[in-house]
Amino acid sequence: MLAKRIIPCLDVRDGHVVKGVNFEGVKDVGDPVDFAYEYNIQGADELVFYDITASHEGRGAMLDVVRNTAKKVFIPLTVGGGIKTIDDFRDTLRAGADKVSVNSQAVQNPELISKAADIFGSQCVVVGIDAKKVSDGKWTVYINGGRIDYKLDLIEWVKQIEKLGAGEICLNSIDTDGVRGGYDIEMLNAVCDAVKIPVIASGGCGKLEDFAEAFKKTNCSAALAASLFHFKELTVNEVKSYLIKQGIPVRDVTNNLSPRLF
Amino acid sequence: MIAIIDYGAGNIFSVKNALDMLGIESVLTKDRKLIESSDAIILPGVGAFPWAMNQLKKGGLADTLKHEATKKPFLGICLGMQLLFDKGYEFEECGGLGLIPGKVDRIDEPGLTIPHMGWNKLEYNIKNCPLFDGLPGNDYVYFVHSFKAYCDNDDRNLVAYCEYGGKVPAMVWDGKFVYGAQFHPEKSGKIGLKILQNFSKLIM
Repeated sequence: MLAKRIIPCLDVRDGHVVKGVNFEGVKDVGDPVDFAYEYNIQGADELVFYDITASHEGRGAMLDVVRNTAKKVFIPLTVGGGIKTIDDFRDTLRAGADKVSVNSQAVQNPELISKAADIFGSQCVVVGIDAKKVSDGKWTVYINGGRIDYKLDLIEWVKQIEKLGAGEICLNSIDTDGVRGGYDIEMLNAVCDAVKIPVIASGGCGKLEDFAEAFKKTNCSAALAASLFHFKELTVNEVKSYLIKQGIPVRDVTNNLSPRLF
Repeated sequence: MIAIIDYGAGNIFSVKNALDMLGIESVLTKDRKLIESSDAIILPGVGAFPWAMNQLKKGGLADTLKHEATKKPFLGICLGMQLLFDKGYEFEECGGLGLIPGKVDRIDEPGLTIPHMGWNKLEYNIKNCPLFDGLPGNDYVYFVHSFKAYCDNDDRNLVAYCEYGGKVPAMVWDGKFVYGAQFHPEKSGKIGLKILQNFSKLIM
């Protein structure tokens, strides 16, 4: 049976992991490669590096991070943030990323999705979405880190994304993001019902029960969390042990951490 | 030395990274002489079946691979596994390498999330496959694909499968040199590294 995935997300600026709320009081807290390695040991099923760098130099630093992580961590690696062109896709994949995540750029230039899928395959094209509720059963898509309402209907957008050849959707709810009261179940269900491709839940996770709720009440394939893991409130292992008790299928790594394997 | 076939497909560096980490010598190549002089071959790949076969036919690479597969350990990964079969049906009917009897076709079950993406559990059908030596059991590996293989003879060639809207072949074997993994051992954590290490031990 296919396991539900737990995906820690790391914000990276100029090649360093940063923690902080809303860009204020952002602190450099260490080497992304070390974080990635630690999450891998904890049993993360995938990792996301989110590049919050604006500068060209910072992008180079990000590629170094990807290169070094790919030599030590043998689970799928997604890189997002600032991807604008097919060349950005190519550079990121060549550095060792398995998937590339696009957000605002895909909204403004949907062709980026189809071109990338044609050249590199759908499996490596993730479309990140920031969306906010307008009325009952209706949400719109925001761009520029959730700052600008693009007035694009969420459900129409996810159907279009699928048609263009995206392999996966990472759905972030602006309404629940940062609130830590749980994932946006209503929005997740609406999107999961509209497409066949996997949907990753993002935004709002604050406790163990929130992971279980997303998997029990929706058809999402994975749950992403950032600060919860950053601030070491929970480990991936703790989340998985809890989910196993809840009867949710996850990849249990406690049995294969044994040194006997090598 | 393991030759990792570089025919312009996918993230082949991952396979190289994994072998480097294990201390196994390998080279990325499409040079026929180098492939002939290698001790084992890995055929990786993501992308479309017809495109990949076309790439392999260029410069006679497909013929070299078919010939070498009778003499030394050969592992196809993901699309590389699918190419081992007789025929694929991605966009159009297309001949494969014909090393494992069977075909490749779309995963098509109503209500199923496609692609089959993520970690799924190996269910063993043939017990003595050397690539699975020493695995602890309850073994999850990483998949990402929208097409699956159908072996003509499961009893002979289907080593392991997983459940996803029916049986999805995960590992196939011709009983001699040719192995195919639908999952990505290079992205399957310690379990995957162990499988790659087992493969390298087949080198005589």
